Amino acid sequence: MPNSLHLLVRHESEATIVRFEGVPNLQKLCIVQKRLQRTFSSLDKKNVVWEFDGLERMDSALAVVVAKHTFLAKQKGIEVQKQGMNREVEKMLHMAETHSHFGANHVSTKQGILADIGENSLERLEKLLAFFAFFGQTTLIFFQMLYNIRSLRWKETVFEVYESGIKVLPIVILTMFLVGVVVAYQSSSQLKLYGANIFIVDMLGISILRELAPMLAAIIVAGRSGSAYAAQIGVMKITEELDAMRTMGFNPYAFLVVPRMLALMLMMPILIFFADMAGLLGGILIAKVDLGLTPHIFMERFTAVVNVKHFWIGLFKGPFFAMLIASIGIYRGLQVKNDTQSIGFNTTKSVVEAIFAVIICDAFFSIVFTNLGY
Amino acid sequence: MQSILKVQEVETRFGENLVHDGINLHVKEGEIYGFLGPSGCGKSTLMREVIMLEHFSKGSIELLGHKLENIKAKQAQELRLQWGVLFQSNALFTSLTVFENIALSLHEYTKFSKEMIRDIVSFKLDIVGLKQSDGALFPSQISGGMKKKAALARALVMDPKVLFLDEPTSGLDPISAREFDALIMNLRDLLNLSVVMVTHDLTSITTTLDRMAVIDNKKIVAEGSLEEVLKIQSPFIERFFKMEG
Repeated sequence: MPNSLHLLVRHESEATIVRFEGVPNLQKLCIVQKRLQRTFSSLDKKNVVWEFDGLERMDSALAVVVAKHTFLAKQKGIEVQKQGMNREVEKMLHMAETHSHFGANHVSTKQGILADIGENSLERLEKLLAFFAFFGQTTLIFFQMLYNIRSLRWKETVFEVYESGIKVLPIVILTMFLVGVVVAYQSSSQLKLYGANIFIVDMLGISILRELAPMLAAIIVAGRSGSAYAAQIGVMKITEELDAMRTMGFNPYAFLVVPRMLALMLMMPILIFFADMAGLLGGILIAKVDLGLTPHIFMERFTAVVNVKHFWIGLFKGPFFAMLIASIGIYRGLQVKNDTQSIGFNTTKSVVEAIFAVIICDAFFSIVFTNLGY
Repeated sequence: MQSILKVQEVETRFGENLVHDGINLHVKEGEIYGFLGPSGCGKSTLMREVIMLEHFSKGSIELLGHKLENIKAKQAQELRLQWGVLFQSNALFTSLTVFENIALSLHEYTKFSKEMIRDIVSFKLDIVGLKQSDGALFPSQISGGMKKKAALARALVMDPKVLFLDEPTSGLDPISAREFDALIMNLRDLLNLSVVMVTHDLTSITTTLDRMAVIDNKKIVAEGSLEEVLKIQSPFIERFFKMEG
């Protein structure tokens, strides 16, 4: 075997002789090192002699192993000698001895659970404050730009309208159509039991217009556009594009934040409108197929019982959801630190937080509108 | 002296774009060898072909006795354990600490005990000039020069025969860059390394390189030691070396 390392241990009268033969390689060295450990722990002599003249080459891992055992032996008061070193072996061993740190600690010290909780809470509080600061800054710039409407970045805004408003339309329509189908189908089997087929219209009308369509549109937009915002801005932060903009005197809020926010706020009600239509279409289809209600009867009942206020309330929520989604996505993008992992982390966070925020906001609206009598 | 790397008649094509048109060079054992040339001449591409990250269209590359054009997966894997690569952007794994970055190969490919791995990693940290306490830090917490050293320690951890460096001194300040040059030369002597690097740094070229290949216009215009290269008539060599004038 050309590529193999042998360890020969001889016990002579005065000393234990440890001899290496062959060519060092890392696989063999693991075995050799374990044998060395055993040999050294059961040492009865006061002298150890390393013999290197059988070695064809030396490598740094072997040198570290030798240096370590020499070090440990000397600690136990054993005399160690080296024999048969050529220049290379000597050089390598010398290097291993001077550069080694046996027993160095590379693990960061752990702290108590209380310190962890405290640190974590503070961090979260800081994050929350940073979000308020971001929100304040954005609002300020937003109104500044509305006041001076010419300074608004129309080109960027229109681009974002297309990217995050129009391109999501197909998926919103398809999803909401299927949700309409599913909800209608599930309720129709219950309503049939009572012969209350016609009430499918009341049910679908109110639930889709008021709750399902706005919510679903918001969730899809959060998953698609919110995450895209976080990733885009995160990458721009890592490549120092944001810093470049600042040094050139462009306010990133004006160029990146406001156009995205405005675009989403404009498009959200429109998306909700299409979601309404798609959901109802799904409902009408099932009403016809499963319950035998013609579209004509459906629409007649619809105009009679479903108040138009439900439609308006649904649309009204849109800009608020949009504001939450856009601001959380962009904020998360700005939070990206200077490493690639934090892009993934913040993108995921942005989606989860945006959906959570949308649901909270929806619950809030639900209570407010009900109490106001709408 | 044996050749560790032989490049013969290598041709590289990206679609319509011909990058290399018959490149020939060889690197001897134990030398520090440089790929030089103007931006976009394909010297990084050549290096990436040698480390099997990119394919070449024609010709032959032989590295440490393996022909890369028809290498089997198993041999390729063996070869990968015999070299160390230092990327221009360091490419340290961001989710691991400096220590874990360096220890990764040892954990994956050897059966050393944790303690032994720690000792080997400590040693590598020390020879590249990092403090032991730096091992606990994440790549995002250390400076550019330290990242470079950490990446070098990671490249050296398996005791490679060849070290590939892609513009090792770019992004370093002149003092760190000279320190890095000295470190590479020192390690070459200590660890019997052969070093292949892509570089633009004129001081590195004159102080560290034993031999070099100048790539221009898809071909090698000169190969040899600095004196030999300077004798060759070529517009690029004129401009590049005479700048300091």
